[in-house]
Amino acid sequence: MSAFWIATIGTSVIAFALKYSGHSVPERWLSHPKIQRINLLIPIALLSALVAVQTFSEKSQLMIDQRLVGLYVAIVALVYKAPFPVVVISSAVSSAVVYRLLK
Amino acid sequence: MSKVASTTLRDSLSVSLTVGAYGVAFGAAAVANGFSVLQSCLLSLLTFSGASQFAVVGVLGAGGSAISGIATASLLGVRNALYGVIMAPRLKVKGLTRVVAAQITIDESTAVALGQETQGDEAMRKGFWYTGIGVFVFWNLFTLAGALGAQAMGDIRAFGLDSAVPAAFLGLVWPRLTGNFERSLAVGCALFAIVMTPILPAGLPIIATAFIAIVIGLKR
Repeated sequence: MSAFWIATIGTSVIAFALKYSGHSVPERWLSHPKIQRINLLIPIALLSALVAVQTFSEKSQLMIDQRLVGLYVAIVALVYKAPFPVVVISSAVSSAVVYRLLK
Repeated sequence: MSKVASTTLRDSLSVSLTVGAYGVAFGAAAVANGFSVLQSCLLSLLTFSGASQFAVVGVLGAGGSAISGIATASLLGVRNALYGVIMAPRLKVKGLTRVVAAQITIDESTAVALGQETQGDEAMRKGFWYTGIGVFVFWNLFTLAGALGAQAMGDIRAFGLDSAVPAAFLGLVWPRLTGNFERSLAVGCALFAIVMTPILPAGLPIIATAFIAIVIGLKR
């Protein structure tokens, strides 16, 4: 079985197990302030790392290319409080233009 | 329909449509990162949690192993368990209904439910179900559209899809950067991941930042 199938099925099974456990465990198990706090921090850490790795790497190599322009445009869009689809589309369009110009 | 019920329905529908439309970005990103159309659609049907789905395709797309992808996605999915804890006493459901409720326990259904708190438990339940089911339907339809669209494109870089994925992650993390502490954590984790990318196997630089978050969370 390919890594993509393992990832698809594994992610789905654990995602559901997490959701179902929340509906089933006693409230006090997950209501500890430290767990609540860590739960706020983990998405910030992981999503920021993903932004960085997806922008500046290709496999395990660091590189700078059209994606840097895309990231910059996304930041500008977010600073001006653009809605999510505008952020993604403006980033994609600017990156595509640079890629086609440099190709 | 009473006034309360119609505002709840309106809130739920507008959230469902806008959030569901992001499914295009996910479907395209999944195919751009090497997942098949079927796998992309299964992730939306079964995982059904945007950040986790983007994470698993992002990690595998960056060359990470299946285990790294699953671990990153699952760490992001922990918050859905906490939402379940909040919703369970209000929904009071058992058996198959609880299975369905669990599957649609995500950021948006919980947020809309909590937004109806002043209107009473009945409005909260309606907000949860309308939004959860609405997002589920639109998210899956738009995932299919995005995946088929990306498949038809060929060289995804010529359409900017290689930038759409990090932009989507940035859009997901941006509202969470509410103060200097959160912003410092974000910048620190981004730098850490970049520095570690040539050193650690793909995927690990990302997961490692979760442990940074756990250590900081335990200390403060």
